[in-house]
Amino acid sequence: MTPLLSVKDLTKSYGAHVGCRDVALDLFPGEVLGIVGESGSGKTTVLNCMAGQLVPDQGRVVFDTRTDGRGDVLRMSEPERRMLGRTDWAFVHQNARDGLRMGVSAGGNVGERLMAVGARNYGRIRDTAEDWLTRVEINAARIDDRPTTFSGGMQQRLQIARNLVTGPRLVFMDEPTGGLDVSVQARLLDLLRGLVRDMGLSAIIVTHDLAVVRLLADRLLVMKSGEVVEHGLTDQVLDDPQHGYTQLLVSSVLQV
Amino acid sequence: MSAYSFAYLDDQTKRMIRRAILKALAIPGYQVPFASREMPMPYGWGTGGVQVTAAVLTPNDCLKVIDQGADDTTNAVSIRAFFAKTAGVATTTRTKEATVIQTRHRIPETALSEDQILVYQVPIPEPLRFLEPRETETRRMHALEDYGLMHVKLYEDIARHGHIATAYAYPVMVEGRYVMDPSPIPKFDNPKLSGNPAIQLFGAGREQRIYALPPWCEVASLDFEDHPFYPSKADAACGLCGAEDSYLDEVIVDDAGGRIFVCSDTDYCEDRQAQGHRGKDAA
Repeated sequence: MTPLLSVKDLTKSYGAHVGCRDVALDLFPGEVLGIVGESGSGKTTVLNCMAGQLVPDQGRVVFDTRTDGRGDVLRMSEPERRMLGRTDWAFVHQNARDGLRMGVSAGGNVGERLMAVGARNYGRIRDTAEDWLTRVEINAARIDDRPTTFSGGMQQRLQIARNLVTGPRLVFMDEPTGGLDVSVQARLLDLLRGLVRDMGLSAIIVTHDLAVVRLLADRLLVMKSGEVVEHGLTDQVLDDPQHGYTQLLVSSVLQV
Repeated sequence: MSAYSFAYLDDQTKRMIRRAILKALAIPGYQVPFASREMPMPYGWGTGGVQVTAAVLTPNDCLKVIDQGADDTTNAVSIRAFFAKTAGVATTTRTKEATVIQTRHRIPETALSEDQILVYQVPIPEPLRFLEPRETETRRMHALEDYGLMHVKLYEDIARHGHIATAYAYPVMVEGRYVMDPSPIPKFDNPKLSGNPAIQLFGAGREQRIYALPPWCEVASLDFEDHPFYPSKADAACGLCGAEDSYLDEVIVDDAGGRIFVCSDTDYCEDRQAQGHRGKDAA
């Protein structure tokens, strides 16, 4: 089986400070990969480099595109990368406000990607938007409301709907549950798990919350100071941590 | 007269503006930045249009200036007087006789010809501005033809009003490449942008942009399959000349709520009246 996304030697430094160093990973179709680590460990740097939002100093990010087969994302032209960003890829921001257009109605937010790839039939765009709002458990009657009138959890679900509407194959998530209270987190995780399984999505989830990866991720990467210190199956890494830092991380979680 | 350069601007400025115009004509719909000068009028009164007109004017030209279709409003009268004084060119109010027409927010009803130039005054040249405030980002969107956002605006219109409520400055796609703001002309005028034999130049003074439509250029108004573009106008005939095919202004005529519809294009209306056409409100 060929990996959907294959990253090699990914290195990015901010001046003298190392963002990430020699990160390598493979993501297979239908797989969910978690990246955990403390703040400043380089998780988000790795994610942004893979998603083409940051230019790494060196490395290769090979993605298996729907149309042209495998290609190095970093060597693609900007239009090609943007096209990927609208079709095969999705990016869920930690803060829903970064990923949504707050001045545009929920329906417009969901429809934007469709219109960006050429949908020109209002009725069909609206039907699709309604369908997606229902799938992320937002009342379809709120289709014309702006996200500013939504709660934090609803905004995050709207952001997910907006990203998944074009049927992407790879979803990047940066702390998707950050800033939400625990009961809302639980519902969101449940929803995400369902969507990922139903649509056969591959996803890379960056988080510092071990519960999130325990629920969602098949495999886990542990990062510290810009380097991957441990990787393996999620349950294996969390139940039998080998590296000192991972042991610290696992033991830091409060048991209720 | 010899104390002035012909048509107010100095040679270097004209050269700079003409280069911008040529570039704009070579890339229809693309906004060319130019070093807009201070003009002896406030921003918003047509400083961009005046500079473009000054740059294309020749001594043999005949100039017409309209403001919302009318030749007799303050803006139109003063710009016409400005060029009569600084360029000594002939001026006219008749669309057919003019070789250069500077316009604010209208396209004349009378069909234009290949030897005419239409100069638009533009307040905000960027069609994506109210959707995306960052200039760096809008430029990138134009470069990458990333125009999904423009349809989001139309989607929002339909979602809120049941139809595309944008009635002026209706966005257009030029030659299948650039999305362009046609300046705040009513959408009734949009079809006249396309396949027009005249050269159409757009000048935005404050925003320092010039863009253009060369003759016979294809311009399509953006729309949805199930909500097609419709060039709307008031559902009436002109009260003075009886025209049913021209864009109408609603005019309040007394203190009792009386109102009539008249052609916004004064030259067109007078022309028709001279030919003997009469509307229901004609004295």
